[in-house]
Amino acid sequence: MSLFDLFRRRSAPVARERLQILLAHERIACSRPDLLGVLREEILAVIGRHVSFEPEKVQIKMDRGKSVSTLAVDIEIPNLDQLLGVVTVPVG
Amino acid sequence: MAQVLVVTSGKGGVGKTTSTAALGAALAHDGAKVVVIDFDVGLRNLDLVLGAERRVVFDLINVINGVAKLPQALIRDKRLETLHLLPASQTRDKDALTEEGVAKVIDELRANFDWIICDSPAGIEHGATMAMRYADAAIIVTNPEVSSVRDSDRIIGLLDSKTLKAEHGERVDKHLLITRFHASRASRGEMLSINDVLEILSTPLLGIIPESQEVLRASNVGSPVTLNNPHSAPARAYFEAARRLKGENIPVQVPGESKGIFNKLFGRKAA
Repeated sequence: MSLFDLFRRRSAPVARERLQILLAHERIACSRPDLLGVLREEILAVIGRHVSFEPEKVQIKMDRGKSVSTLAVDIEIPNLDQLLGVVTVPVG
Repeated sequence: MAQVLVVTSGKGGVGKTTSTAALGAALAHDGAKVVVIDFDVGLRNLDLVLGAERRVVFDLINVINGVAKLPQALIRDKRLETLHLLPASQTRDKDALTEEGVAKVIDELRANFDWIICDSPAGIEHGATMAMRYADAAIIVTNPEVSSVRDSDRIIGLLDSKTLKAEHGERVDKHLLITRFHASRASRGEMLSINDVLEILSTPLLGIIPESQEVLRASNVGSPVTLNNPHSAPARAYFEAARRLKGENIPVQVPGESKGIFNKLFGRKAA
């Protein structure tokens, strides 16, 4: 048996690391299953107070990264003198 | 006062039914009145593991529907007279497991037993949430393996939100029971160690059941491992876990760890 084999057999540390990363995400998601919906409503309410936009021109998505997640809110606004592009807020 | 326990895990095949039978028998062994309830409606198995499969007449759903009275459905164990089984039905729809019906059965059992142990079905659906609904304490059965640990984490979340106690702002006591533990594989880094699992799930340890052929041997003959071979390693581990449930403070010995001078001086504590 080579040294490489010895190293490869120690798969438990890999299992441990994968679980720690996964569960950190799942604990947030499962404790607030409606999180995305709540964020969407509240963010749109704040922006709606200052600029007008059409609700169907709004895109919200969440991406899970290894150590941080990103929440992207993309709102298309009719008049271009009010500059508001993509807002990215790190969460979790 | 009666204690209602749920034996749960999320993942199937990790040893919920085996552990329910073994712990139920261990608790009843000292004369405590114990009832084990099979909540796996449609796929009952606790009767088989206890060797009572040919004695089932009425079941939990019959009692809930009023077809039978509770004493008619309870089966007394032939070896331990303080151990009783309330079997699951094999055919009927699991939606027959109503919240009010389960509450009524548990209330009636509380008046007559010291320990009420609810064997949960796998998954996180209706049957599993009904099994944990009225629990005072939960035993989370986990194998040192990624999918089992992940599912246990989900179940812990449900215990903290979907139980009656949680809804009243109280806590369901949680105990982790690690089963099918392979000391040599863990020490070689091929299997998650006890500390890995405890650290990830941050739940107090009730016991470690070593992987053993005695477990299969006991279920083959329809006897809890704690009765079939009380001196085997898994049976001893279940007996110790039962004593911890009763509040005794017994340190958990990790199988395979040397009982060297270091451990003697700084003995590990858990649960």
